[in-house]
Amino acid sequence: MSTIGPEDVAHVATLARLALEKDEVDAMARDLEQILGHVRSLDALDTEGVEPTAHGFELATPLRPDHPVEPLDPELVVSNAPAAQGTAFLVPKVLEEEG
Amino acid sequence: MGRAEDLLATGLADQRAGLDRGDVVSTELVEASLARIEAFADLSAVVSTRADGARAEAEAAAERIAAGQARSALDGVPILLKDNIVQRGEPATCASRILENFVSPYDATVTEKLRAAGAIVVGRTNMDEFAMGSSTEHSVYGAARNPWDRDRICGGSSGGSAAAVAAGLVSVALGSDTGGSIRQPASHCGVVGLKPTYGRVSRWGLVAFASSLDQIGPFGRSVADCAAMLEVIAGHDARDSTSIPEEVPRWTEALDGDIGGLTIGLPEEYFVEEGVEPGVLARVREAIGEIESAGAKTVPVSLPHTEHAIATYYLIATAEASSNLARFDGVRYGHRADRPDDLQDLYTRSRSEGFGAEVKRRILLGTYVLSAGYYDAYYGKAQRVRTLIRRDFERAFEACDLIVTPTAPETAFARGAKSDDPLSMYLSDIYTTSVNLAGLPGLSMPCGLSEGLSEGMPVGLQLIGKPLDEATILRVGDAFERRTDHHSLRPPEAG
Amino acid sequence: MSVLPDGYEMVIGLEVHTHLKTDSKLFSPAPVRYGEEPNHSVHPIDLALPGVLPVLNERVVELAIRLGLAIHATVNTTSIFARKNYFYPDLPKGYQISQFEEPVVSEGWLDIEVEPENGAVASGKGKKKKKKGAAPELERKRIGITRAHIEEDAGKSIHDAAIAGSDDSCIDLNRAGVPLLEIVSEPDLRSAQEATAYLRSLRSILRYIGVSDADMEKGQFRCDANVSIRETGAEFGTRTEIKNLNSFTHVEDAIEVEAVRQLDLIEDGGDVVQATMGYDPERRRTSVQRLKENSDDYRYFPDPDLIPLRIDPATIEAVREALPELPEEKRTRFESEYALSAYDAGVLTASRATADFFEETARICGAPKSAANWITRDVLRELKERECELEELALTPEALGGMISLIEEGRLTANSAAQIFPDLVSDGGDPEAMMVERGLEAVSDAGAIDVFVDEVIAANPDVVQQVRDGDNKPLNFLMGQVMKASQGKAEPGQVRKALAEKIRG
Repeated sequence: MSTIGPEDVAHVATLARLALEKDEVDAMARDLEQILGHVRSLDALDTEGVEPTAHGFELATPLRPDHPVEPLDPELVVSNAPAAQGTAFLVPKVLEEEG
Repeated sequence: MGRAEDLLATGLADQRAGLDRGDVVSTELVEASLARIEAFADLSAVVSTRADGARAEAEAAAERIAAGQARSALDGVPILLKDNIVQRGEPATCASRILENFVSPYDATVTEKLRAAGAIVVGRTNMDEFAMGSSTEHSVYGAARNPWDRDRICGGSSGGSAAAVAAGLVSVALGSDTGGSIRQPASHCGVVGLKPTYGRVSRWGLVAFASSLDQIGPFGRSVADCAAMLEVIAGHDARDSTSIPEEVPRWTEALDGDIGGLTIGLPEEYFVEEGVEPGVLARVREAIGEIESAGAKTVPVSLPHTEHAIATYYLIATAEASSNLARFDGVRYGHRADRPDDLQDLYTRSRSEGFGAEVKRRILLGTYVLSAGYYDAYYGKAQRVRTLIRRDFERAFEACDLIVTPTAPETAFARGAKSDDPLSMYLSDIYTTSVNLAGLPGLSMPCGLSEGLSEGMPVGLQLIGKPLDEATILRVGDAFERRTDHHSLRPPEAG
Repeated sequence: MSVLPDGYEMVIGLEVHTHLKTDSKLFSPAPVRYGEEPNHSVHPIDLALPGVLPVLNERVVELAIRLGLAIHATVNTTSIFARKNYFYPDLPKGYQISQFEEPVVSEGWLDIEVEPENGAVASGKGKKKKKKGAAPELERKRIGITRAHIEEDAGKSIHDAAIAGSDDSCIDLNRAGVPLLEIVSEPDLRSAQEATAYLRSLRSILRYIGVSDADMEKGQFRCDANVSIRETGAEFGTRTEIKNLNSFTHVEDAIEVEAVRQLDLIEDGGDVVQATMGYDPERRRTSVQRLKENSDDYRYFPDPDLIPLRIDPATIEAVREALPELPEEKRTRFESEYALSAYDAGVLTASRATADFFEETARICGAPKSAANWITRDVLRELKERECELEELALTPEALGGMISLIEEGRLTANSAAQIFPDLVSDGGDPEAMMVERGLEAVSDAGAIDVFVDEVIAANPDVVQQVRDGDNKPLNFLMGQVMKASQGKAEPGQVRKALAEKIRG
């Protein structure tokens, strides 16, 4: 399996919307490679035919009746917002579709 | 120490008796708690208090109790919440800059239940940022200090709650446990900590770290106190789809000290001498001997996939965390970067300024293991190994009623000792993570102080139960406490 | 006529996102409301506050099963909710809860009817004469549906500078969390007309079975079109995805514009590049909005906050029993039960409202053929002119049925009916009362009719002679003259008889 290097870290940082300085990228690559090195020990295990663990126990799908409740007070909705316009959240202009 | 302070240090049963007899009033307990929190501020165990709210609730509790109408064993008793459990109208920061100024508009289910029982939240405790850590050093408030030795860590991520109970700031507190974050600090601070079966306690209102592993649980000075707390907070919750629809047993009523006929499993992989501090192994072996004298028998068992637990845990936990933490983006709440150039700059700078290094490391690792091309090799693989780990326990439980191990391979290490070595920090969870991966209930209780290299530091004994069988581990723990007094040991007071 | 030259065809696949008809959201109990002020219909779950958790709305499951059955698909007894991870301001959690590898519904189909590509020419030697007013011969085509899955809708970004300022956008999360079904067709469509036929058919089904109101103006039925072209029968070409098409007209135009754009590109020696396109209806142009060089890495994984959706086969059967008659079945039944043409049956069953209106009218007047004619011809014309829905007309099945009964009984001529019909449509009322009030009762008295007929025969000797000589065509003209003379009230059957007798003896 390939090792994780600075380019991988840079790519993943973009996906995760994190900015790292150059030396942070290198340090992070080293840390992650060390951790992944340990993790690769799993390769040796034979998991052929083993089901992934979905959830703890075989629970029946919990369902909620279709009964609406009172919505949250709009004032409260924006009460923690760093930037708001009336009851809407403000962000720098959205130009393109999903990132 | 005054009577109220004294009671805070001894435990729930004494507090309840004192309150009901009228020897002490709830308002006195709250004042004593607040005073002690301030006196021991150097521990950095508590990050915020709510004096006004607590005092008002104490008045109300006092009236109820005076009228003989105490709602529960917890009515009028001061408690602390870990800073990742929300309370309406109160801040919840998860010890992170990214949640600075966040005030929750809703209550966690456990908060609602505790309030309904009359318990009084006096404040919120220190933790590793977003519960990611084993030392409570990764906190925007600075490291929490171990009351037994202020140069040492408390363990993590619920280090603040463990330290607070150890130092008698309160007698019971809540923490959360994803890979050992209740049990390991309980071990390092010499208190009892309990992680329930996954799904036993609602996660509604617990800020998510790793959704399939997180559970809220109590710290206390005794097993009985933890049982009392658990009775209040456990139960099915329709707001949590992973909540188990089981009845909540009356655990406190089943602590009769009788463990004759029980079989204890001792997994060979947890008793390998090279991997454990000698002091820890010594105390644990003595404790097992004590349990045998109480009538239980021991058998060797094997959990062959133990060595893969850390790897499995870190793949699953970081993957889930990377997704759970995507909501912290500076738009609806929390830290927002100043004058962002554009949307991407808003996200990137807010998150980079807001998250600490350990959180970033885990988000990056989690994003990587889920990314295109790596999913099957890492995350997919880990979920299958998780099944193997669960099966190990299933097989072992065919031969025994519960499993006993050390909680940690070491006692509390010096602050900063593992800062440059994330992997070594991760490896300190070796005995606890499998329990989360298998969704089992786990308890850590004090079993003495170590000697030799780390003289005088608490050692923890871990009891692991079958799914939904908190009853057995509570009973065994309680029986052990009846025969020993390790849980009564208190750290030496600060000067 | 195809916009592409012979030898080329377009290949189209459609993705439809439809709002499910529920009172509360998919994973939160907030109410589903339209037209609210920003953030007036949200719950902590919709805001992705720290510590919140999703719980599945049981009605969504029922509606998904209904849709699966209506499109003859497999309803999977186990399906998984997965997180689709990406950053966007209208996506509060930083991920959308959707279904990826294991959707709730898979492998269905629906039939559409389209006019054959080349009409009469293709059917062989000699042109077929098309009778005036006859229904076009339609071709039935089966369109595969790959899958349908449940997912949550995102909120809205408001870019209006007047509201948000020129540098910012406003984020409204009222729509965040509304339940959607994403329905993905196989790339079986070969023309823009087939595409809109598919959309109409799908929308009709959704409304019929009460799964969605599918109101495009409210954003309850949104369509993305995947378009590529190829030499007929060759391998699939590279496709582009046109998003945000919010009317059937736009869908049709955009597909054709894009197909032509791709053709021009290829003919100029270029290659079609995978991209997300937008359509500008003003300029009739598609343009690249975003290139998809690497497909986005959404890092799908099963949502650990949710339990796999397990549907009991007994539940599926119960939903199947309770399913209302589907448009297909109703159409076939109309053809046999009411002896209607395929075309008429198709028009009448296009919406459940129309179908129910027709059946009630037919029941009242006992003349289904006549009821069908009045509805397909006159009622639908009124709807088109007034640009409204059937429910908004004052006309009731009782009124229409009553009017038709009067015609059948010979008490009202079709001509006179045409006079009272518009008023029944706009104001309602009782057709019999109106008829009497306006003195429109048909004249069926033989004597009175004779007077009119004699008048007309006398006034048109040349035409009458033509008929005597054997030409029947002018009879219609003479009929018309008698109707005119009688102000439309002469009973047509008797007029015809009288004319025939008097002219030919």
